[in-house]
Amino acid sequence: MEVVLSVVVGIMVTASIYLMLGRNLVKFLFGLILLSNAANLAIFTSGRLTWGSPPLIPEGALVPITDIANALPQALILTAIVISFGLLAFALVLAYCAYQELGTVDTDEMRIAEPETEFAKKASRAWRALSGPRDRAP
Amino acid sequence: MAGLDHDARMPLLAWLVTLLPLAFLILFATYIPAVSAGETIRIVYPWAPSIGVSLSFVIDGLSLLFALLISGIGVIIFLYSGSYLAGHPQIGRFYLYLASFMVSMLGLVVADNLITMFVFWELTSITSYFLIGFNNEDQTARRNALQALLVTVAGGLAMLAGLVLWAQAGDSYELSVLLAQGHAIHADPLYGWILALVLIGAFTKSAQFPFHFWLPNAMAAPTPVSAYLHSATMVKGGVYLLARMHPGLGGTEAWMWSLILVGAITAVLSSVIAVRQTDLKLKLAYTTVMALGTLTMFLGADTEVALAAAMTFILVHSLYKATLFLVVGMIDHETGTRQIDAVGGLRRAMPIAAAAALLAAFSMAGFPPFFGFIGKEMMYEGALAIGPAAPIVVVAAVAANALMIGVALAVALRPFFGPLKPTPRKPHEAPWMMWSGPIVLAAGGLLFGLFPGLVDGTLVIRAAEAVSAAPSDLYLSLWHGFNLPLLLSVITTALGLMLYWRYDAAMRTVDGVFTRIPMTGDRGYDATMAGVVHVADIQTEILQSGIMRRYLLTVMAAFAILVGYTLIAKDALALPDTLGTVPTYMWPIVGLIVAATAVTVFTQSRLAAICALGTVGTAIALVFMIFGAPDVAMTQLMVEILVVVIVAIILLRLPGFHGSAHAGRIGRIRDAVVAIATGAVVTAIMLAMVSMPLDRRLTDYFEAHSVPEAHGRNIVNVILVDFRALDTFGEIAVVGIAGFACYALIRLRRRQTWDAEAGRRVADGKP
Repeated sequence: MEVVLSVVVGIMVTASIYLMLGRNLVKFLFGLILLSNAANLAIFTSGRLTWGSPPLIPEGALVPITDIANALPQALILTAIVISFGLLAFALVLAYCAYQELGTVDTDEMRIAEPETEFAKKASRAWRALSGPRDRAP
Repeated sequence: MAGLDHDARMPLLAWLVTLLPLAFLILFATYIPAVSAGETIRIVYPWAPSIGVSLSFVIDGLSLLFALLISGIGVIIFLYSGSYLAGHPQIGRFYLYLASFMVSMLGLVVADNLITMFVFWELTSITSYFLIGFNNEDQTARRNALQALLVTVAGGLAMLAGLVLWAQAGDSYELSVLLAQGHAIHADPLYGWILALVLIGAFTKSAQFPFHFWLPNAMAAPTPVSAYLHSATMVKGGVYLLARMHPGLGGTEAWMWSLILVGAITAVLSSVIAVRQTDLKLKLAYTTVMALGTLTMFLGADTEVALAAAMTFILVHSLYKATLFLVVGMIDHETGTRQIDAVGGLRRAMPIAAAAALLAAFSMAGFPPFFGFIGKEMMYEGALAIGPAAPIVVVAAVAANALMIGVALAVALRPFFGPLKPTPRKPHEAPWMMWSGPIVLAAGGLLFGLFPGLVDGTLVIRAAEAVSAAPSDLYLSLWHGFNLPLLLSVITTALGLMLYWRYDAAMRTVDGVFTRIPMTGDRGYDATMAGVVHVADIQTEILQSGIMRRYLLTVMAAFAILVGYTLIAKDALALPDTLGTVPTYMWPIVGLIVAATAVTVFTQSRLAAICALGTVGTAIALVFMIFGAPDVAMTQLMVEILVVVIVAIILLRLPGFHGSAHAGRIGRIRDAVVAIATGAVVTAIMLAMVSMPLDRRLTDYFEAHSVPEAHGRNIVNVILVDFRALDTFGEIAVVGIAGFACYALIRLRRRQTWDAEAGRRVADGKP
């Protein structure tokens, strides 16, 4: 089962990176959501999978009696889920405010912090030569 | 009032600070009896013994000669500066720099540990940077200071590499240990590297061709600094290094030819350039480069006489060159100019300065009975003894010395003789604090010439012994009888006098030739610096394009390539034979995750993408549920619902997708390749991880201690709120801060919009 889930994680990472490499800020955010889910699944899988039994200690016992699921990755994922939720909420609001301010969700057009210089235009042409003609703006 | 305060107070400071070099001079003078008896004194303090670095110092003939010169000329310079810079608002800073420099220089010449020596070496570069740039409001001074720093520090870096290699080859950082191994290092395969790197350090510091350009530019410093750093001390640091390393690194063909050729080119070239200069200080600067070239040339030799000639010349040169610099400083200070054509006939107004200049110039020209004559005779004797390279050395030495005679006479005679010329200030004798030093040094040049016994057995020959690592019974004397060196001296003098006779014509000729040379070291430096800045610009523009997806692409591609390469190189790839147990009901769940992921990527509808994301999250919650993580599943489900709701709310206010987000077809393929590679690397890492035995130590600990210590039966909860409670607290803080930040962003937007609207209303005239 671990093998199958490892492949699933790889597919999710591929999809999220592809989304994040685009120019559309919304798709970037989708990639971010997908990536945090992939990370959680990766942590869960690498702690090994145990069918059914949650990491609980029965009443009257001091230690678990039967084979139970690995508690450590579960604790880590719980933290990770909440943190990534905080990150995502902030990123969403930031994206929304940026759109209100700049009127675009094209990350190529968001250049207030690093304005385009004459040389950068030339460098951009070189980058574009590597990637063929540009599609129309989103 | 303030100006008067300075004038009244600063000389006192000068007096007090002058005690420092004086104390050092007395301290080092006490070592003279022991050293002239042939002793070597070592003092060791531990510093970082675990890596072989100690504060160890050695006093032998070589270090004592340098230490006495540094502290002795230091006394004169400190005194002179007090008067030269009297009333200068930053004189306190000046003395701080000057004293730091002197101490660094003394440390350099007495250090016996490679690292200690390197530290002092760098300190001399840094303190001289401050001194050259002392007139920090002058752009040229700043630029030239930086140039001197960059050239010498770049060389220092090369030298450090060479020293570390040497220490590893010789298995010690102690210089005396390494030198005691003698020529053993020659057989080491790294010898070539060590030699080249150390020589780069020495050549940059001592302004050897093609790094000679920084020294004349360093004349932007106040004149006493030039006299101290660029005649007697700092620039001789490289020469000192060559002399110190001679017993170990010297004695090979490579050593001999590099030093002799570089030294000969430097000596002849710079003495020709010296003829052309009209600024007295620059003239002296180029003759200093000539002296350094000559010293380098003679240190290339392995014969007793040549090395003794080099040591004699160090003393000769320091005496006359410091004097001449200080005299030029006095001329500049008293008349307001130091152009050779603008001053003349000063002998009546400044008789003491004129006397000092004449004495020093005769020593520089090598006329008997001055010490310079002995130095020159030794040089020719040494040059003839050098062996295969003798013709080069003899020709270079004769040419450079003849040019020196012309320049020496021009510098000493022209300002003081002939008709008195009008100058910006009415000339008169400088205060005694200024003239006393030069006259003492110049008199030394005559005294040591008449009585060479004062310095040969005590200092010069002992220094030469330290360089050659062999006892010597040489002595210095004025008269060696009629021999080849004397003949060469006569030829040199004749050539030099001829040059002085036709000096103006020679100046014009040399000037004509040099103005036509398109490339100089200085312009090369400028071009190099401009090139560095240009490359940095290009690199910044390419790497810091300001476009987010390029940054991400670079990071992800680097991750995929580096981690992927490591996995393959370390043979960590593990492909399991079977998929393991996969119950049938898992396949639909797995299929759901993959399909929903695909929809997220390919759909053109925002709503479909949000739904697909929700599906992925829910399916993962199912996986958590199935494999014994109900708490995680619950949290995942709740957060997933929140995410979908929030994303949906915000997305409705953002524009939809139109067209591809990727740049062109090739761009899409490139992005896909990087994404697939990254995903593949992640899968490979996970496969490698799950095919290894699980390290359960932490889990076992938590399972064993949950009930007895934390009194909790849900192990996950116990970990979160007990064992790792601080982590959880931090996590709550993060979420709280994120919430505040969201609120602040929205508030900020709203207020700005409101202000903008209010502004519009005012502009439209509607309150």
